[in-house]
Amino acid sequence: MGDVAITAAKALFIVLLVVQVMGLGVFFERKVSALIQDRIGANRAAILGFAGLGLVNTLVADPIKFLLKEDVVPAGTDRVLHFLAPVLSLVPVLVTFAVVPFGDVLQVGGRTINLQAAELNVGVLYVLAMVSLAVYGVVLGGWASNNRWSLLGGIRGSAQMISYEIAMGLALVSVVLTYNTLDLQEMARAQGHLLWGWLPAWGILYQPVAFLIFMTAGVAESKRIPFDLPEGESELVSGYFTEYSGAKHLMFMMSDFVEVVLVAALVTTLFFGGWQVPYLLRDGFHFPWGAALALPSWAVALLQVTAFALKLVFFTWLQIVVRWTLPRFRYDQLMRLGWQGLLPLGLVNVVVSALVIVLAAGPAA
Amino acid sequence: MSPLLFLLLAALTVASALTVVVHQNPVHSACALVLTLCLLAVFFLGLDAQLVALLQVIVYAGAIVVLFLFVIMLLNLQVEARAMAGTLLVGTAAVGGVALAVLIVTALRRAAPPAGRGVPAGFGETAALARQLFTVYLLPFELTSLLLLVAIVGAVALAKKPS
Amino acid sequence: MTPPLAWYLGLSAVLFAIGVLGVLIRRNVIVIFMAIELMLNAVNLSFVALARSLGSMDGQVIVFFVMTVAAAEAAVGLAIILSMFRNRETTNADELATLKW
Repeated sequence: MGDVAITAAKALFIVLLVVQVMGLGVFFERKVSALIQDRIGANRAAILGFAGLGLVNTLVADPIKFLLKEDVVPAGTDRVLHFLAPVLSLVPVLVTFAVVPFGDVLQVGGRTINLQAAELNVGVLYVLAMVSLAVYGVVLGGWASNNRWSLLGGIRGSAQMISYEIAMGLALVSVVLTYNTLDLQEMARAQGHLLWGWLPAWGILYQPVAFLIFMTAGVAESKRIPFDLPEGESELVSGYFTEYSGAKHLMFMMSDFVEVVLVAALVTTLFFGGWQVPYLLRDGFHFPWGAALALPSWAVALLQVTAFALKLVFFTWLQIVVRWTLPRFRYDQLMRLGWQGLLPLGLVNVVVSALVIVLAAGPAA
Repeated sequence: MSPLLFLLLAALTVASALTVVVHQNPVHSACALVLTLCLLAVFFLGLDAQLVALLQVIVYAGAIVVLFLFVIMLLNLQVEARAMAGTLLVGTAAVGGVALAVLIVTALRRAAPPAGRGVPAGFGETAALARQLFTVYLLPFELTSLLLLVAIVGAVALAKKPS
Repeated sequence: MTPPLAWYLGLSAVLFAIGVLGVLIRRNVIVIFMAIELMLNAVNLSFVALARSLGSMDGQVIVFFVMTVAAAEAAVGLAIILSMFRNRETTNADELATLKW
């Protein structure tokens, strides 16, 4: 019973963390975009005169507006599929966070709690599986709208998602080759190793090409600019979620931002050390110049979780800046990049990584 | 996996499988197929086959059924007037299906049940599957990759619009 | 306490029979295809259950191959259906029976 409670607490924690970062992401989206476009952004909604730079508008007024809007279902559509599509878009993406580690261990009351909600030894494949399931939200959303532009957006969106899944998978294969494990917590732990005694061996040093491929494929999976033709705000109205209003629209928007946070979480775990703080081990700091600072286990865990959250916020911010900076790819350019650009590059990266690993391991391999 | 959970999931699986074959709307059949495949993945997890369970979701539920949905939408298949064969054929097929199930179950019960051996450590993990795949089953593995290449070329050749 | 092997094999038999039913009674070729996939999955369940019961990984390796072959078959089969639809504008198996006398 205690184990179930602990797992539930971990799951609740990671979901709350994701929702907070997502809320921050939504706020950044409006404020950072405003700064980039040299305007002020939304700052009119206020509670008792406190507008909080637009925080009240984005985090209080917008959700209330979405939840209270009328739920319009177009005539002649399949109501079951119309209801199911936003759910199938949001739930698989949220559930993926179960395998993302947010800390090393927490030693509480004699128990050592691994700070990862689900300790699967095939964590990376679980991520790919849930990303594959998220395609259904797009496909069914386009079909259930009884609207040819939505259908077009839905088909384009799902074709784009399944194409970039392959590039993402290949980037993950080279990362798996490097760390020799499929478990994300083990990968994060392996990045605490120090190269030449002082440089933390973060994944970006071992697999820079895989980082670029994964980042590009991740942005394409979440259908953000520069890959957002299925949503094409100036071309397809809203693409596959044109006919959705109120809470269902909120779910589609949420799934967009939760996927941004997911890509940020995966990039930090695979390539930037996850929860690792440089030189911080389980019992405190061990600096390479010999100094050491002992810390209790709860302080270490707190530092690691904070480091993870900060890295998440940084990569979310990065994706938002990219969104408001780059123009949109045309659909054929997008598909060409996925199949004729990232796929061969990913394959070459796998082969080169495998060669380097075998040669570096020496004749004993 | 507790027996109660097994029975609950088995009932759900049989219900969604029946929906696949009985429902008039092909899109609903495809969604029911996804549900069946995901439930089977849960069964695989309960049988210590974690890698196979996730492969089931990635390959079957995440790729093959998406392909089915694309074709259904491309052909714009709606609910059709005559979705099932005549009553005589349906009746005979139903009786035949039940008879087949009974036959298989009886044959399996008569066969000597394998002694429940314990599972070795690391059963169902990626390393164990990979070890078998790349040593004992290397030739089928290479032939399967050739088969996939042939399937890709064949599918593209068949589905191309005649120019 | 895990359920006995017989339960898994029984479920697999029932799913297989439902698949056979689907192939026989439905006239839409795509739904017939889905029923074939259902049969393949029923067999996968049998293999995995027996693999665990015998403690051997061979069952799971065979499931791996079955999945790959099913993917290849689905791709080619759907391409065939697409090209037949272009010719005949129908997916009804009764109307596609041109090779019959």
